[in-house]
Amino acid sequence: MEGERRASQARSSGLPAGGADGESPGGSAPFPGNSGSSALLQAEVLDLDEDEDDLEVFSKDASLMDMNSFSPMMPTSPLSMINQIKFEDEPDLKDLFITVDEPESHVTTIETFITYRIITKTSRGEFDSSEFEVRRRYQDFLWLKGKLEEAHPTLIIPPLPEKFIVKGMVERFNDDFIETRRKALHKFLNRIADHPTLTFNEDFKIFLTAQAWELSSHKKQGPGLLSRMGQTVRAVASSMRGVKNRPEEFMEMNNFIELFSQKINLIDKISQRIYKEEREYFDEMKEYGPIHILWSASEEDLVDTLKDVAGCIDRCCKATEKRMSGLSEALLPVVHEYVLYSEMLMGVMKRRDQIQAELDSKVEALTYKKTDTDLLPEEIGKLEDKVECANNALKADWERWKQNMQNDIKLAFTDMAEENIHYYEQCLATWESFLTSQTNLHLEETSEDKP
Amino acid sequence: MEQAPRDPERQLQPAPLEPLGCPDAGLGAAVGKEAAGAGEEDSGVDTMTHNNFWLKKIEISVSEAEKRTGRNAMNMQETYTAYLIETRSVEHTDGQSVLTDSLWRRYSEFELLRNYLLVYYPHIVVPPLPEKRAEFVWHKLSADNMDPDFVERRRIGLENFLLRIASHPILCRDKIFYLFLTQEGNWKETVNETGFQLKADSRLKALNATFRVKNPDKRFTDLKHYSDELQSVISHLLRVRARVADRLYGVYKVHGNYGRVFSEWSAIEKEMGDGLQSAGHHMDVYASSIDDILEDEEHYADQLKEYLFYAEALRAVCRKHELMQYDLEMAAQDLASKKQQCEELATGTVRTFSLKGMTTKLFGQETPEQREARIKVLEEQINEGEQQLKSKNLEGREFVKNAWADIERFKEQKNRDLKEALISYAVMQISMCKKGIQVWTNAKECFSKM
Repeated sequence: MEGERRASQARSSGLPAGGADGESPGGSAPFPGNSGSSALLQAEVLDLDEDEDDLEVFSKDASLMDMNSFSPMMPTSPLSMINQIKFEDEPDLKDLFITVDEPESHVTTIETFITYRIITKTSRGEFDSSEFEVRRRYQDFLWLKGKLEEAHPTLIIPPLPEKFIVKGMVERFNDDFIETRRKALHKFLNRIADHPTLTFNEDFKIFLTAQAWELSSHKKQGPGLLSRMGQTVRAVASSMRGVKNRPEEFMEMNNFIELFSQKINLIDKISQRIYKEEREYFDEMKEYGPIHILWSASEEDLVDTLKDVAGCIDRCCKATEKRMSGLSEALLPVVHEYVLYSEMLMGVMKRRDQIQAELDSKVEALTYKKTDTDLLPEEIGKLEDKVECANNALKADWERWKQNMQNDIKLAFTDMAEENIHYYEQCLATWESFLTSQTNLHLEETSEDKP
Repeated sequence: MEQAPRDPERQLQPAPLEPLGCPDAGLGAAVGKEAAGAGEEDSGVDTMTHNNFWLKKIEISVSEAEKRTGRNAMNMQETYTAYLIETRSVEHTDGQSVLTDSLWRRYSEFELLRNYLLVYYPHIVVPPLPEKRAEFVWHKLSADNMDPDFVERRRIGLENFLLRIASHPILCRDKIFYLFLTQEGNWKETVNETGFQLKADSRLKALNATFRVKNPDKRFTDLKHYSDELQSVISHLLRVRARVADRLYGVYKVHGNYGRVFSEWSAIEKEMGDGLQSAGHHMDVYASSIDDILEDEEHYADQLKEYLFYAEALRAVCRKHELMQYDLEMAAQDLASKKQQCEELATGTVRTFSLKGMTTKLFGQETPEQREARIKVLEEQINEGEQQLKSKNLEGREFVKNAWADIERFKEQKNRDLKEALISYAVMQISMCKKGIQVWTNAKECFSKM
């Protein structure tokens, strides 16, 4: 029964932890009930979290927690992977709706920070209620991302907006910055919600539903900083060995990612530059119309014409403003998100390579009989599974990501084109009506002159 | 428009050679087909041709510009641009034109012509020349006088200048102008022989008059204010326009970068590749379209600039009026004081200070004979003065009448031209918008096919 429970829980967290009936060759994973390792985990929880003053080590639902603080050692069976791959995006069956809004400033004696309100509406059974409202700060989002990356090292986790933008930022809490960040955070959570695997991640659920104190205590559980550091060291060490056997398809993927990253960065720069140029054009145009009004004051016969021209220029000015805001809403955030995505992807490739490197090093050790080789075949077996899992997860997610990317980019640029068309159409209408009124006037005048 | 037979009194100072009015040397003007200057409207042409005083129509064009090198006055080598002026006479009946004259002139010769006209027709608002150096430049446009675009615009401006003179009822009859179009060699000497430089009013004198004049005609004072306002507002407009052009250039050109990057990106995309590639091409088209758009706008700016310079021509007429008025006032003042002197001498009372009075006081009374002599001299002077005052008065009134007639003509021309310029600006904007719609519609289609 415990096995079943485990399995169902595992399924709901999107990572079916290999059939409880021992299909997974490795039984020494930190499963619930394996008191040795969970004790280990708990002991490793040191308070190195930045937020909290208290050192409360709260062991809430250890089983739940353990399953989700997946260390990269956790194997999953190929059979369970099939279930995962079958999970497709089905927009009609969307049952989790998240909004991020209402940024609020909080001032404490130590610091000032912003929280965002997160409202979740869902019909899912595993949620205790159908509606949740919580407040989260940026750090909480960082934590969530970290957990997701830990649990799913070769899935493409959506990117978070940057911590801060160096260029031109004087104050951290400038309104535009907050709004941009809010929108990006909204996107971030929704992308997770739309992801077939990540949407069922337990940390994600907790993030969306837990009260502040619950979250902070939950955060403290799980591998602490030291263990994370340890993993990083291992990662660096293994990546130093180089990936000699990176499969062909991942070579291609890597090449794509590199080139894509270059191009999307350029496009980001270009788009930002366009926005800047349009803004400066708008600023100059604002002055242009009023001069004609000024002029009309000294011309008796040209008053109406000059005033009309001034009116046209002002209307075109407004149209420019609208175009600018369209650009900043439709294009810039999308392009920027993919810049961050490209960085993410490189991280994912590295992690995949690292997993493979671990296998490779063990194989090497076996081949050259460097260390005691008794346990090696078993370890290698586990690692081979792990590598296969990781590769399959990445491949599936890659296809999904590429599809999304194409759609998003296509939509963003189509919107941009639409904004421009609309802008020119508005200006055209303005000037054409001016022209008509002038020719009508002229016709009136000349018909008056005729005897 | 007045088309009175030539009236010598209308010319305040006679032109050095007889003003042309002889039918056989008839110099009307028609808008040349090459004319690109603004504002020569058909109504002007009609008035000219309806005047049966002119038997022929003439077309003037500045058709070419050429870089030349030569030696200047200090025998140093210099590069300059020469412009080809072609005059064609149009047969009334069949409209065929025959080339009658063609010669090359450089900008300095145009300047000489204008300066001459300014001196001999001070009551006329003399058309201005296109700018000597490029001003109100936005960054891409070069301020170099040798730049081909600048030369081209100047060519058009010079043609416009000649056409304006040729269509002016009074200026068109001037012989020096006629010779400018027909006599290549020796023309400079001919102009200088008129001695017009000597006849010009000194700047200092004019300035002095402007400050000291007591009773100028109010209309001219108002006109001066108007021309100051016109100059100030057009300068401001041109400056802002240049900045707007600069920014617009930036917006368009940055889009060109998309073209390059899309093209590179399309190489790694399977499904999106074609769409990206062709969209990129449209971005290139968009980016390069701004060059023509802004070139057209420069012509609009030139039309405005002409009126910016016209403001100075208006001021010149006002200055002349002030000078004449001041002259008149001074003459009247002088006459009044002489009369008073005379009276005092006659009656023996000394009310006014005079050197003679002082010296007589100091060195003794003058004899009655001496006094008689002085009175006589004064009376002669007074007589002369009264004659002069009368003629000055007449001159002044004539000037005001004629100047104001030309100013009315100018005002109508200005209203027509500026309105037309503003309309042409709207037309340019419309064309730019249409191009924009087309490019972005194409791009959108490419994007949606990605």
